[in-house]
Amino acid sequence: MSMSYEIAKAGESRSFPENHAFLDSATQGAKGVVYIGSDAGKAFAAGKNHEQRSFVAIELGTECLGVHTGESRAKEGSNVIGFARFRLGNAAPSQLVELVRQPATSESALQAAKEAFQAAGLIVVVCNDFPGRIVDRLIRPYFNAALRRLDEKLASADDLDKTLCLGLGYPEGPISLLERTGLAHHFSVTRDLHEALGQEPYAPARRARVAAAREQVI
Amino acid sequence: MTTIQTVGVAGAGTMGAGIAIVAARAGFRTIVFDTRQEALDKAREQTSAFLKKSEERGKLPPGGAAAAMENWAGTTKLEDMSQCDLVIEAIFEDLKVKHQLFSELNKHCPEKTIFASNTSTISITEIAGGSGRADRFVGMHFCLPAQLMKLIEMSPGMNTSPETFEAAWKFAEAMGQKPVATQDTPGFILNYFLIPFNNDAIRLVEQGVAEPQDIDLAIKTALGYPMGPLELLDLVGMDTQKLLCEAMHGLTHEPRAACPPLVRRMIAANRLGKKTGVGFHTYSNTKMFGA
Repeated sequence: MSMSYEIAKAGESRSFPENHAFLDSATQGAKGVVYIGSDAGKAFAAGKNHEQRSFVAIELGTECLGVHTGESRAKEGSNVIGFARFRLGNAAPSQLVELVRQPATSESALQAAKEAFQAAGLIVVVCNDFPGRIVDRLIRPYFNAALRRLDEKLASADDLDKTLCLGLGYPEGPISLLERTGLAHHFSVTRDLHEALGQEPYAPARRARVAAAREQVI
Repeated sequence: MTTIQTVGVAGAGTMGAGIAIVAARAGFRTIVFDTRQEALDKAREQTSAFLKKSEERGKLPPGGAAAAMENWAGTTKLEDMSQCDLVIEAIFEDLKVKHQLFSELNKHCPEKTIFASNTSTISITEIAGGSGRADRFVGMHFCLPAQLMKLIEMSPGMNTSPETFEAAWKFAEAMGQKPVATQDTPGFILNYFLIPFNNDAIRLVEQGVAEPQDIDLAIKTALGYPMGPLELLDLVGMDTQKLLCEAMHGLTHEPRAACPPLVRRMIAANRLGKKTGVGFHTYSNTKMFGA
């Protein structure tokens, strides 16, 4: 098992938009390979000899890993891992990397990928291959509810934020956080999750739709 | 500046005892009512211990604990609440029982006395409707543990007079708390968002999306929250989460507020959280709150 890896870049990466220790530590010809960028999936599809790698990691957007690897009878899984560094809208990426595994993913490949990201100072969690992974799956309904309740005048934006910060120790309230990082991005994530999961709490809130329309995302 | 001098707290449980600490510590004469003398004795003992620790840690000036205890009195006689300018109810979440309590209080308390409820889920307007003084009734929802948390969600009922709301608001500020105004809707702000959010986290475990430690670590790292949702649930307790879900879902019928089946199974297995040593995580220390 090795945690050495090379980087294959295909398009702009949301996880690594700028220089980072993880990119700096890559070595050409290493046993692992990390596909990053908006076209990481396509680059993976065009790649060869993946089965000889210690691990293969593909940067994901809102899609499932199975879109790139294929699925069959819940027995899918290999040395291919999905990953995304959590990033809210236009904010800088967080330290969190969500690693995505499939039912039969190789434990040694998962461990190698985990060690590679951790060696660069990133904090790694593992989740199964579901839309939204952990963080988006949890926070998007909460953000939508905050935006909807603001419209319904439950409280002022300041009081909504203040209550959640004082009551739960959150560093920033949901309204301030979404407006700072970009409501239009919240729209695009919730639109995708709503389509994937079919559940009403993920349907983009009106304020996010308006922001996206103003940026002509829709 | 507040006109309130004497505060009554009805209910000497965890919330009531905490609210009484906040009031007594701020210099208000505080009368705690409970039908059970043993509950009052326990609340007095815990209050004294908490205040002493606060003094030792420099959070109260020398002599501050003794001064606060001078302000604190317990009673099993509801008629003693007649001395109060404001009575805050902090009993369990049952509308019928709250109506009985306020109906009795209404007989004993003078006209000027303001009534408040610390309810987290029941409508202030509905509770006020059985109080005999709906115009002098207000929601004051403290956060657990009240003695450590500054927030109070302040909600007027449909018939609450502006003067009453303002008087309660000024009193909250005089106690050193931070009030926020919210509508009288189920869960107000905090529980409206928190109960479904926590249920969503439980459902991620149920559906096998990720392990509890990964869910908590992800949320803390991504958003800078001090606790993960499953750690917080372990602190709240599965039994309490079930009651909160039932109250909120019963009022709103929102699917996200419905109690996840895993919570009921965990209760049956006595995996209530920190209080029993096992919940989503395992604990060696079952102590709940410090000074």
